[in-house]
Amino acid sequence: MFSSITADMLLAILPEIALLLLMVVVFVADLVLHGKKSPLPAWITIGGLGLTLLATIAFAQPGAQPQLLWGGMLRHDWLAFIFKVIFLFSALLVTLLSVGWQKLWYKGEYYILLLASTMGMTLMGASADLVMLFLAIETTSIPLYILAGFVTNDPKSNEAGFKYLLFGAVTTGIMLYGFSLLYGFAGTTNLYGIASGVAASGVPVPVMVGALLLVLVGFGFKVSMAPLHFWAPDVYEGSPTPITAFLSTASKAAGLAVLMRVMLAAFPSIQPEWQNVIAVGSALTMTIGNLIALSQHNIKRLLAYSSVAHAGYSLLAVAAASELGVLSVVYYLLVYTVTQIAAFAVVIVVSNVTGSDEIADFAGLHRRNPMLALALLLSFLSLAGIPPLGGFIAKVLAFSAAVQAGLIWLAVVGVLNSIVGLYYYLIVLKVAYLDEPKGEAVIAPSRPQAATLVVSIVLVLILGVVIAPWYNWAASGAGGLF
Amino acid sequence: MDFINQNILSLILFSPLLAALVVLLLPGQNKDLTRRVAFALSLVPLVFTLIAWFGFGAAPEVDGFRMQEQHVWFPAINASYHLGIDGLSLSMVLLTVILTPLAILASFNVDDKVKAYMALFLALETGMLGVFLSLDLLLFFVFWEIGLVPMYFLIDQWGSKGGERQLWNGIKMPSRRYAAFKFMVYTMAGSLGLLAAIQMLGVVSGSFDLLALYQSWPALTGTLFGYEIGTVKAVAFWAFAVAFAIKVPIWPFHTWLPDAHTEAPTAGSMILAGVLLKLGAYGFLRLVLPLYPEQAQQYAPVLAALATAAIIFGAFSAFAQTDFKRLVAYSSVNHMGFVVLGIAAAAFAAGTESANIAVNGAVLQMFNHGISAAAMFFMVGIIYERTHTRNLEEWGGLFAIVPVFGALLILSSMASLGLPGLNGFVSEFLVVRGTWPIFTFYTALSMLGLLFTGAYILKGIAKTLHGPLNEKWRVAEGQAGHFEDVTRRELLVLSPLVVLMLWLGIWPAWLLDVINQAMLKIFG
Amino acid sequence: MQIPYLLSAIVLLPILAGAVMLFLPPKNRDLIYRFALGAAFVTFLLTLAVYFGFDAAGPQYQFIEDYAWLPALGISFKLGVDGISAPLVLLTGVVIFTGVIISQRIEDRVREFFAFLFILASGVFGVFVALDMFALFFFYEIAVFPMYLLIAMWGWKQTREYAAMKLTLYLFVGSVIALVGALAMYFASGLNTFDMTLLATANFSPAFQNLWFPFVFFGFAVLGGIFPFHNWSPVGHVAAPTAVSMFHAGVLMKLGAFAALRVGIMLLPIGAQTHMWWIILLTLVNVVYGAFIAMTQTDFKYMIGYSSVSHMGLVAMGFATLDYNGLVGASVQMVSHGVMTALFFAVVGMIYDQAHTREIPKLGGLMKIMPFAGVGFIIGGLVSMGMPGFSGFIAEFPIFMGLWAANYPWIAIISVVSIAVTAAYILRAVGQVFFGELPADLEGHMHDVKPSEKLAIGILCFIMIAIGIYPNVIMPMVQHGVNAVLALLGGA
Repeated sequence: MFSSITADMLLAILPEIALLLLMVVVFVADLVLHGKKSPLPAWITIGGLGLTLLATIAFAQPGAQPQLLWGGMLRHDWLAFIFKVIFLFSALLVTLLSVGWQKLWYKGEYYILLLASTMGMTLMGASADLVMLFLAIETTSIPLYILAGFVTNDPKSNEAGFKYLLFGAVTTGIMLYGFSLLYGFAGTTNLYGIASGVAASGVPVPVMVGALLLVLVGFGFKVSMAPLHFWAPDVYEGSPTPITAFLSTASKAAGLAVLMRVMLAAFPSIQPEWQNVIAVGSALTMTIGNLIALSQHNIKRLLAYSSVAHAGYSLLAVAAASELGVLSVVYYLLVYTVTQIAAFAVVIVVSNVTGSDEIADFAGLHRRNPMLALALLLSFLSLAGIPPLGGFIAKVLAFSAAVQAGLIWLAVVGVLNSIVGLYYYLIVLKVAYLDEPKGEAVIAPSRPQAATLVVSIVLVLILGVVIAPWYNWAASGAGGLF
Repeated sequence: MDFINQNILSLILFSPLLAALVVLLLPGQNKDLTRRVAFALSLVPLVFTLIAWFGFGAAPEVDGFRMQEQHVWFPAINASYHLGIDGLSLSMVLLTVILTPLAILASFNVDDKVKAYMALFLALETGMLGVFLSLDLLLFFVFWEIGLVPMYFLIDQWGSKGGERQLWNGIKMPSRRYAAFKFMVYTMAGSLGLLAAIQMLGVVSGSFDLLALYQSWPALTGTLFGYEIGTVKAVAFWAFAVAFAIKVPIWPFHTWLPDAHTEAPTAGSMILAGVLLKLGAYGFLRLVLPLYPEQAQQYAPVLAALATAAIIFGAFSAFAQTDFKRLVAYSSVNHMGFVVLGIAAAAFAAGTESANIAVNGAVLQMFNHGISAAAMFFMVGIIYERTHTRNLEEWGGLFAIVPVFGALLILSSMASLGLPGLNGFVSEFLVVRGTWPIFTFYTALSMLGLLFTGAYILKGIAKTLHGPLNEKWRVAEGQAGHFEDVTRRELLVLSPLVVLMLWLGIWPAWLLDVINQAMLKIFG
Repeated sequence: MQIPYLLSAIVLLPILAGAVMLFLPPKNRDLIYRFALGAAFVTFLLTLAVYFGFDAAGPQYQFIEDYAWLPALGISFKLGVDGISAPLVLLTGVVIFTGVIISQRIEDRVREFFAFLFILASGVFGVFVALDMFALFFFYEIAVFPMYLLIAMWGWKQTREYAAMKLTLYLFVGSVIALVGALAMYFASGLNTFDMTLLATANFSPAFQNLWFPFVFFGFAVLGGIFPFHNWSPVGHVAAPTAVSMFHAGVLMKLGAFAALRVGIMLLPIGAQTHMWWIILLTLVNVVYGAFIAMTQTDFKYMIGYSSVSHMGLVAMGFATLDYNGLVGASVQMVSHGVMTALFFAVVGMIYDQAHTREIPKLGGLMKIMPFAGVGFIIGGLVSMGMPGFSGFIAEFPIFMGLWAANYPWIAIISVVSIAVTAAYILRAVGQVFFGELPADLEGHMHDVKPSEKLAIGILCFIMIAIGIYPNVIMPMVQHGVNAVLALLGGA
């Protein structure tokens, strides 16, 4: 059996192998440290993730033609590759942010869980088989359940962990039922075989739609698509902030990656129907997310609802079901990931000093640390979709996809929503820039935090100004699905 | 010399503006220097005008106008800088350039912000001259409006001090500000119709050049904007007519005038009555009649009726005043009524001999009224300056202490009254003679009005000069409050005016010939 | 002499200067101010080069630069100016330069103030010179956003938060709605390009144009202050700090009008022809109603704010005539009004800084104290009331002619009323503020303006008088631009 393993196959799972090794190294280091508080596991993780990222970019690029590898379990295409890079990159930034987060940053298991979850995501992005997909989703989710509840002496964190677990378990179960139906209709678990299998067995459309809805419950939970978004604010608020950042970026991206792949590969027979379902979901998601975000006082909850809204914007492009649509989602996620991490970085730096996540405690941030305020400004404006920041390009591309697909109404809902979004982002900025500072303590980021901020803000700017290379990259990713 | 000959009109037009700049840029705060420079420079346009006057006959005539200049100005909408004169504009220009230096000389007692005052005065002259010289409708309008600005500030800043006007809601404002505001807004609002009509003419004709419009606009037939051309023209006619009627002013559009006159500084009143009112009459002659011959003929009786009303009510109102300046102001309404009456007659019966006589009389009356009104206002200014009152009741018997002043006042009052041998008689006679066969009834009524003219003028003279002397003015020379007779400067202002009154009264032909040429062109 | 990369330099210089400023030491006010002044001056010189380098006999678009930005979608960084935008570029240069000059009194967070102001300027320049629809939107939103911070942080304390938010939301709703329309155009054209010079030849179907024109036009016209979407503007003017008011009323509102022309009318000419009859009614409301509301104001800035609504209505009205005269007039009016309001707000700012009140009845007699500013304001006032001899007349007259030519006689007749109303409120304000009695509580508190401020006032006045006396300093250029627009509208 091993003789059939080729270099291609190994290179395709290079990130996963590297992550696994990294977990082992961290594990060993943690054992060696024997409970001593040491930054070692963190730095090993950071270095390891960095190397993995470089190695992935250098060696794991797919060829021009997508390949189904490992017995059809994984698909090695550009989309999977790009998502892997996104996951690794956000894991790296999140780890950097964790440095200095008092409650957890010296605990080895924290990093192991983070790495495990990242590995699950990279597999999700590449899964071409229902079984593999399910395994990947669980690999991703279970460590995240733990991470969300990681701060055991904080009831909110416990609540977050439990809530996430319960919601996750139920929705995954429902999704699994959907998977089984698909298998039953098509006689195969391979995503790329389902379409032809379903066509051959002549499953009626309503039944297929039923299966679609079941599957969507699981994916919808991952991407916090309304009405499956209820868990998000509580979990985001309670989780350790770096994990919140991770949940709202990488985890969501993974969900969208899977969603797009499954929809396009397995449900071509009912494309109009799933387009409609996603479109309605998108409209609901962004509207609900934005409207509820308006009334938030807690910055993490605000970002949670805003991330729900952003899921809506990405779904808007998914609903287009076109190459431009997929491309837009990829671009959107690139931008959104760095932007959101930058925003959370500021939140982490501030709450480290003020000990609170209330928006009111951002008062006078500009007078206390103008550069940090600037970072907040740029990241929030990018979220609001203002040029010359990445968010603008992402939003324009997403709306373009919708308009191109004739979903004008959805685009209009989207643009109106983006105004609502602008409003609450501005409120936060107003507090930071206008209100009088409440405390005297110096708010200054640690070096890793500063590095994260600089890297992500610079990327936000670059994504907003130098569009073509990223666009082409995203386009090649989209090409993987068509 | 060639340069002067070719650009004579531009030189006339812009030399006051340049003079204004020079005055503004004079170094230091030497008020006397400023006054003298301003006066000296204000003689420059007079010199240029005299050159034009004597060169007028020899200059070639194109389409009825001589000494034309045309330059690119606003080609985007086909408006150009086009100047030219005929006898009508020449006489008005002459009036302007004579009165302005006199007015400046009369303002030597202005002590507040002298530089700004003189500069505005000179700028005003450019504005007025522009109206008389323009042969482009848009340019005409430009100068028409721009002249308001200096006048506004002259009244607002240097007008009579004190006095308050109560407005709505108990808001109070100084009367001179009220008067300036009323003057400006009234005139601007009145010009809106003119503005709109000019726009329409420009759009319809594709040009603002008067010479072209004279040809194309009256000949236009068909429909415009979905209306009969006749309707459109009638509306446009009234738009023009109202704008000019306000300026003249024709009753019932005259209410701004007593306020403005009363509050304006002396020299401002001189120019206001002397030249600005003529702009309105000039507008009728230059634009309304040639552009709307049919409508003018149609509505001439209305104009004549209003003119008669102006003559009669003007006289009545003047008679009722106790404020000498207001009295003189209303007399302007009365006198300008004759101008309009003459114009209306000419419009009604264009081409007839009577019409020609009437309109010649009207233009001459414009000139004459300019001279005598300026003199009257100046003398009211003199007496006000010395007594600080304009109330007729507070004077009396002044002849005894200021004989020279008294004599001059009587002379100019008589000119105003229309005493034969003085200028007013000639023009009013011509108007009445011309209009009699055309509008007999109105003319008859107007002659009754003349009676009242005599009444109020005599009232004015009697109240100031005759009767028992108000003892308060008998202060010996050298003591504070001494009532001084006219000074040399004042005499210098008055003597050219008096000379003109006499000259025009005895031998008006030199001016009438020039005017008549133009009138024959316009109405012939 | 053609300066290479001129337009990119104009667009990028301010934003780079702004970025550099953010990293200057915050305590060193002088350094920051000098840096800002220097950058503004250089920008101003560059805009002069554009204005005087423009060849009114040359091709429609000049100084063209074209760099690939996102070739896959046909997005390019394509810049160029035509006869309509070249004067606006100069206007922006003037306003940024004079705006920096009169911002010397800013004390709080100076570097951020100028940084945001310069970012704003870049956005404005970008919109005026963009020939690519995507680039236009890109810069449009860059131009709008900094307003929020500028107003919210340095504005008038009582209303700034409300005003800033209102302004930002209004403008963004407009811009994103226009954006949807723009995307629809992009896909409907099938040309795979955002290049507006190419999209202008796309021949969209009449049904398409009729559907999308209102979205695009109103999306932008919101920023032009069109009724009934004008509400944000006076409130914003009032709350903004002086230099920002200057920018806001002077330049930013033109941005809306200009973009409505460039994207709306020029790309969807048939739609424009279909809808203009009712849009012109709205602009009539702007013109007349704005003037009347201005007359009832006692706050100096509100008065000017509403007068802007009225005057910008004239711009929209001129565009809406779709007639040669109207377009020419509207294009000049953009410049004229820009300079005029910039001047107004500059002077009001100078007064407010010292008197700490903007209530017209509480001011008075300032002519004696600040004669230069007073004369400047009066000149601005004359422009505002359309007095001949000043730029306002040169601009407004052709607009009205356009109304006649486009067969809207009643609109023309009604809207000229606004001129008298304008005269009334301007004269009232001038009379009270500059010539009334100096209130006792201001005695001794007021001083003459600084020489540098006189320079700013002088520059602005010079432009208004120059255009007013000799319209041809600007006309050939504008005519050149308008003729190209008319060609798109189908000959004429």
